[in-house]
Amino acid sequence: MIKARVTVTLKNGVLDPQGKAIEGALGALGFDGVGEVRQGKVFDVEIDSADHARAELQLKEMCEKLLANTVIEDYSIKIA
Amino acid sequence: MKSAVVLLPGLNRDRDMIAALTKVSGNPPLTVWQTDTEIPDVDLIVIPGGFSYGDYLRCGAIAARMPVMRAVAEKAAKGVMVMGVCNGFQILLEAGLLPGALMRNASLKFVCREVKLQVANANTAFTRNYAHGQIIRCPVAHHDGNFFADAETLSRIEGDGQVVFRYAEGTNPNGAINDIAGIVSTSGNVFGLMPHPENLIEDAHGGSDGRALFESALGIAA
Repeated sequence: MIKARVTVTLKNGVLDPQGKAIEGALGALGFDGVGEVRQGKVFDVEIDSADHARAELQLKEMCEKLLANTVIEDYSIKIA
Repeated sequence: MKSAVVLLPGLNRDRDMIAALTKVSGNPPLTVWQTDTEIPDVDLIVIPGGFSYGDYLRCGAIAARMPVMRAVAEKAAKGVMVMGVCNGFQILLEAGLLPGALMRNASLKFVCREVKLQVANANTAFTRNYAHGQIIRCPVAHHDGNFFADAETLSRIEGDGQVVFRYAEGTNPNGAINDIAGIVSTSGNVFGLMPHPENLIEDAHGGSDGRALFESALGIAA
């Protein structure tokens, strides 16, 4: 069993109103020195295989086809 | 002209859309379900608004990968007219049938109100019964209508006249770049719009500014 973590984040330059709201809320809680906050998504994906190379290819395809909208989002894949 | 409405779990404007198409054309549209792999011969396919799949992952993302959307893409490639409203617009973008993306409203709030739209291109199959530059009223109801495209895509769609409707008179409800409310494909037969023209087609709605859009798309003379 392969366990992978896919992280999807907004591309640089894409406005993130949710991140901005969180940034403001952190400031309101009294955390000082907080710079920009960007919100993203994390997917933990299990793949029933021992073939890491193939799993990585599959995960990349999953990102391109569904997990990320590559118009606005970047993704990264980490296999445990 | 014959039309069909795509049905997906979680849509909630399908009844309004069917009513609008029926009232304007005189005939009820056919309906196709998400698992259908073929769409009957029609001139216009409409994807209504709502919250397909509960907006899980991203608005329209799951719906765009359903079998019926492959059938819609095949029809679109053959030149059949396709119109997506609200969630339908989000689905067309996620399916790659239109350029850009719709993001969370800049206010982070769901907006449900009336806006003003300017007809930015009256030379499309969907807007020919309007005049260029005409301002119309139209209701909006969405949480993710903030149109975005990268600089290159934006300059291309602006240059090619693909922007069909813009929010006008300071009524942009969502922060959409260049006030973009609706766009058409380069081929001209795929159209997406965030506001709800189907909710302003008769006096009982309080106005009929949206009617000309349906008359245009259904080939009915003004």
